[in-house]
Amino acid sequence: MESRIEKRIELKAPVSRVWRALTDYREFGEWFRVQLDGPFIPGQVSRGQITHPGYEHVKWEAFVEKMEPERLFSFTWPHPKSLGKDDCPQDYSQEPTTLVEFRLEKTANGTLLVLTESGFDHLPADRRLEAFRRNDGGWTEQMKNIETYVEQTP
Amino acid sequence: MSSKPRSRIAARRQPRSPVFAALGDETRLALVAKLCAGQRRSISQLTKGSNLTRQAITKHLRILQSVGIVRCVRTGRESRFEFNPQPMEGIREYLDLVSQQWDVALSRLRSFVED
Repeated sequence: MESRIEKRIELKAPVSRVWRALTDYREFGEWFRVQLDGPFIPGQVSRGQITHPGYEHVKWEAFVEKMEPERLFSFTWPHPKSLGKDDCPQDYSQEPTTLVEFRLEKTANGTLLVLTESGFDHLPADRRLEAFRRNDGGWTEQMKNIETYVEQTP
Repeated sequence: MSSKPRSRIAARRQPRSPVFAALGDETRLALVAKLCAGQRRSISQLTKGSNLTRQAITKHLRILQSVGIVRCVRTGRESRFEFNPQPMEGIREYLDLVSQQWDVALSRLRSFVED
C-alpha cells in the first residue's frame, strides 16, 4: 500500500531561484504561509507561526534534516491530531512525524521539483481527523489498490 | 533557535499503530482480500488454499486484529473473522487531505518563482 505522497512539478525558473524560494526562511514563509523565527539549519529545529488564514493559531515546527545546495532540502514535521483552534496541541514533542523532501533537477525549461512526504505508516491508526471526513470514495479506491497489489504479487 | 537531540526525533518516528506495516505482508494482504468479500470466515476457511498452517494464519490474523483491520466474532464455539475497513479509511482520507494541501502550496510556490 502506498503510504507516501509524491508530487512532480516543472517550474519555469532556474534551479538557483527555486532553491532560494525553498530554503531562504523568509521566501519559504511567503509561499508556504508561515512566519519563521530564523534560517533553516540542518540538525536544528525550525520554529514559527502559520500565517495561512484560519490557521494563525497553529505553530510551525520542523526538524531540518538535509540541505544539499540546489539538490535536496528535507525536514521532518509533526502531524498533530487536530489543527482546531481549541484542540491544536501547543507541544508537538509527542506527535508522530513524517519526512518531507524537496529534490531539484535542472531541465531544458527550468527546474523539475519532486516533493515527497513519507512515513505516514508511523501515524496512529486513529488519525481520522473527523473534521475533514467528506466522502466514502476513499475506501473504493483503497480496494482497487489492494486488488492490484495482490494481483501483481501472487 | 534551539536544537533538539536527534534521538528524540528518532524516537518519535517509532510506529505506534502501524496499519500500513500490518498490510506490508503478502499473506496478510491476501487474508484481507479474502475477508473484503464481506463474509465472516473461520480459520479453517482462511487456511484452505494457502500453503500455511493454521497456526501461521492465526498469527497473521492476530496482527491484523491488533491494528483493527480485522475483527474476531465468536459464534458458539467457533471464532469467525470479519473485515473492518475503518482504520484504513482514516489514513487514506488523511493522505488525500495532506496531498491536496501540497497541491495548493506548490501552486503558490509556482507563482512565487515564475513571476
